[in-house]
Amino acid sequence: MSANLEEILAQGLQALAETKDLNQLDQVRVMYLGKKGAFTLQMKELGKLDPDQRRAVGQIINKAKGAFQQKLEETRLAMQQAVLEERLASESIDVTLPGRGQSIAGLHPVTITLRRITKIFASVGFKIEEGPEIEDDYHNFEALNIPAHHPARAMHDTFYFDAHTVLRTHTSPVQIRAMESQNPPLKVIAPGRVYRCDSDVTHTPMFHQVEGFLVDTDVSFADLKGVVYEFLRAFFEKDIQVRFRPSYFPFTEPSAEVDIECVMCDGKGCRVCGHTGWLEVMGCGMIHPEVFNSVEINSDEFTGFAFGMGVERLAMLRYGINDLRMFFENDLKFLEQFN
Amino acid sequence: MQISEAWLRELVNPPVTTEELVEQLTMAGLEVDSVEPAASEFSGVVVGEVVGLEQHSNADKLKVCQVSIGDKEPLQIVCGANNVRVGLKIPTALVGALLPGDFKINKSKLRGELSLGMLCSEKELGLTADADGLMELSAEAPVGTDIREYLSLNDSIIELDLTPNRADCLSVEGVAREVAVLNKMEWSPIEVTPVEIMHDSVINVTVEAEEECPRYLGRLIKNVNPNAETPLWMQESLRRSGVRSLGPIVDVTNYVLLELGQPLHAFDAEKITGSITVRASHKNEELALLNDQKVKLDGFSLVIADDKDALALAGVMGGEASSVTEETENIFLECAFFTPICIAGKARQFGLHTDSSHRFERGVDFTLQERAIERATQLIIEITDGSVGPITEVTNNKALPQRLPVNLRRQRIEKVLGIKMSDGEISEIFERLSMQVEVLSDGWRITPPGCRFDISIEADLLEEVGRIYGYNNLPNSSLLMRSELGKAEEAILPLERIQDLLVDRGYQEAITYSFVDEAIQKSIAPNDEFICLKNPISSELSVMRTTLWGGLLNAALYNTKRQQSRVRLFETGLRFIKNNNETIQQKMVSGLLLGNINPEGWAEKNRKVDFFDLKGDLEALFHLTDCKVQFVATNHPALHPGQSADILNAEGKKVGLLGMLHPTLEKELGFETQVYLFELDQNLVFNRKIPKFEVLSKFPSVRRDMALIVKEKVQIDDIINCIKSCKEDIIKDILVFDIYRGEGVERGYKSVALGLIMQDVDQTQTEPEIDAIFTKVLERLNIDIKAKLRD
Repeated sequence: MSANLEEILAQGLQALAETKDLNQLDQVRVMYLGKKGAFTLQMKELGKLDPDQRRAVGQIINKAKGAFQQKLEETRLAMQQAVLEERLASESIDVTLPGRGQSIAGLHPVTITLRRITKIFASVGFKIEEGPEIEDDYHNFEALNIPAHHPARAMHDTFYFDAHTVLRTHTSPVQIRAMESQNPPLKVIAPGRVYRCDSDVTHTPMFHQVEGFLVDTDVSFADLKGVVYEFLRAFFEKDIQVRFRPSYFPFTEPSAEVDIECVMCDGKGCRVCGHTGWLEVMGCGMIHPEVFNSVEINSDEFTGFAFGMGVERLAMLRYGINDLRMFFENDLKFLEQFN
Repeated sequence: MQISEAWLRELVNPPVTTEELVEQLTMAGLEVDSVEPAASEFSGVVVGEVVGLEQHSNADKLKVCQVSIGDKEPLQIVCGANNVRVGLKIPTALVGALLPGDFKINKSKLRGELSLGMLCSEKELGLTADADGLMELSAEAPVGTDIREYLSLNDSIIELDLTPNRADCLSVEGVAREVAVLNKMEWSPIEVTPVEIMHDSVINVTVEAEEECPRYLGRLIKNVNPNAETPLWMQESLRRSGVRSLGPIVDVTNYVLLELGQPLHAFDAEKITGSITVRASHKNEELALLNDQKVKLDGFSLVIADDKDALALAGVMGGEASSVTEETENIFLECAFFTPICIAGKARQFGLHTDSSHRFERGVDFTLQERAIERATQLIIEITDGSVGPITEVTNNKALPQRLPVNLRRQRIEKVLGIKMSDGEISEIFERLSMQVEVLSDGWRITPPGCRFDISIEADLLEEVGRIYGYNNLPNSSLLMRSELGKAEEAILPLERIQDLLVDRGYQEAITYSFVDEAIQKSIAPNDEFICLKNPISSELSVMRTTLWGGLLNAALYNTKRQQSRVRLFETGLRFIKNNNETIQQKMVSGLLLGNINPEGWAEKNRKVDFFDLKGDLEALFHLTDCKVQFVATNHPALHPGQSADILNAEGKKVGLLGMLHPTLEKELGFETQVYLFELDQNLVFNRKIPKFEVLSKFPSVRRDMALIVKEKVQIDDIINCIKSCKEDIIKDILVFDIYRGEGVERGYKSVALGLIMQDVDQTQTEPEIDAIFTKVLERLNIDIKAKLRD
């Protein structure tokens, strides 16, 4: 009996060793463990034995069967592993091939710059306002203390539609429109397109400005300096030198021009800064009492500051762009550099 | 304005270097644009005198000169200039001299004659860009003196970019006054002593335009020497200020303008008929100006006229007919104050801009005229001799500018500038600025001088305090202000989100000009009424766009011409539509695509983009909004009639359109492939509904497919709308998953495969219920659009 069992086990193990795939393995399993399998038949034989023998023989059969089962599982696992490995090997690809699908495009550098500027100001509560690009003479000039024939009008090469309608020459009219419709305190930033009748290497007939202003009961030139200073450092992400020079704008008094240390040469002097080490980046000042008058804000009670900057200029400095005209040629080779 | 540093330092000489001086000026609001040496670097050039001259034996054009440079033996120098002559004093470059442009002078032989140097022109010394012959020095020039020393060439020319409010600094005196303030020192104004009167002839002056010309001074100077020459020092001063020398009389008027800031004009007295009248021009009166320009006047310009004609455009430019020439012996010298408002814009109106108009329109010191005419007279007499007559003065005091006192409240200094200053400091600043200061209990009463046209309100005084104290010395404060919480508007889709979506779908943002070529505008939007610029920069940028397509098509062409075969662009911005005399400025978002759907790759077969690629992008965009839209076939002159659609919102209002560029336009514009375009009205599209939660169904959905045979002209929207008209709420979605034409489908028909997705919130649908709905839908499709189920 036990000799027979040993033989069965040996044959079974031999059969397992000879199987080549999971199918064959299953056939062998059926052959030994199925309803009519060799071990199953042995177990069925048990019933014919004396009850006192049954136990001992049963144990022997179970042992042999267990050994077979263990080998069977081992073989199955090994085979499954081999199959998986084969599949993985056959499915391997060249991961360096380019991926499928579309390329993502990008925003225009002016938009990127505008977004950064507005984000910086929005973070301290400035509200974004917009205004029309075809403006009336009143909002573009008169209300900003630039009456007809004022020499400052010569500083604005204005595009006209008729005697009273112009393409806005700056974003400052938004200041007037905002103050006409809202009461102080006001904190406003006004980005947008502006137009000047001028076209050469350093001028395009259209460009972008951001106007900002703040009106409250106790706003001083020191606040203006602080805001401008912090903005420029935030924009350039650099601890740059900033200086304020007296200047003239009809709609601010006192007025200032703001220079930063040249970002191209770190203030050492280069072609970009005309070897001065300084770059003019914005104009600003305390809102002129006449401007407050025109929007009926009491200039004894309220003071305010305003500033204006050229977006293309800031973008050029930030990204090292050397030709203003590229902004409006829309050459993909240029635009894609900012994606 | 250009100013010579040496000239400035004659009036005020602070102990600072050129660089420090320039920094001071810039930081005080007189921006220095550039600092250039008065002369290029050169060395080894001295004053020489031609003492002997012979024709070169071997060259017709050359002369062999003997030139004295003060040493015992004159130098032999060969020279080819026409104006070389015995007795002439010229700049002489010695052997070893280094001229501008690294030009070294060597001992040489010219056609066999020894030459020990070179006689120089202004151009060779780098003083002017052009020269006609040798530079002729004055007969008094000391032979042998270094020319840089003799001409004071070790000077800097400072270019000031003055703001329009600082007319007071449009002169050497004005800048000197400012420099003195900045350095807290005294300065020396030009000393002017009245010239002795030698005859009593006058030309009578009548001022009709009393408001425009509050002060007019004239004086007759007789018997000036027409052969006199402008002294070299004056020529050099003028040259360094960027003014050409044009003969002594004109040079003196220009010199005084630069020195004091007062424009003057000299007439040839012989050419004045009768007396002088300052009056408004007559309409259509003609005047030939000094610059050879003939102007036809309106009735509002101010002229200086004699009994017959207008002689000069007041404050702008003199006339040709009465101008001083090389023959002029008697001159009438004019020195007037014209109000800024009457000169402003006049020069520009005639396309002119002169040193005179520049100053008058910004404001000339109205107290200066007498001093200026005496100064000019003094210089004229020194140079040309002559007999001086009395001054004729017409002054209308009422029309002269007022210098009203302006109050400055002490507390405003801290409120506006953010600093505390002592009363003494404030008073001192204004006193140094030549203002009259009166101390009040709460501040000061300040009266500005005649040269300052920019001090009329308190803020102007505050600026002066800040300016002199130094903007950079004022404090910086960090942002202390009232704040309110910001908004987070959910019902409006931010433009940024739309831009980002388009970018992520492969559209590059472009920014194009808001004005376009009229021809392009007309061909892409012939039905839109547009508005034209009165003064466009060029015909390509002359009309305001009524669609953003013009600029985008241009940008696309720019790129396709540069080997870009796949272009996707979008732009956001205004379009300008004329509507009953009103201009509507509408915010749009527009885009364009052409070329292949994907960048070239290895994975799949590529194909050209088509209408539905664009439509898919727009549908994605509309998914972000609350705008339920419908695409309705349309006709647009710029688009393919079979591939264009209006986009309508739920109310049936047009929010935009899309389509293929019309093949005719495609060819006309120069595209080599189909172009698809879209344009949307931002305001009608960017609304978003704040989401409202709906209960989810716990029951499974059921899908029933149907293949319908319909006539070719039946549109998918017809089928879908028909199904929706059955109002079966449990139909949650309708999918279109196939369109088939060909075998098995009759010509002129198509097969449309649809999937109906059905789901109820309350129960699972039973088969009979679903069948009933399905049948009902089919019947309706059959009745409404003659659709049949495909076998």
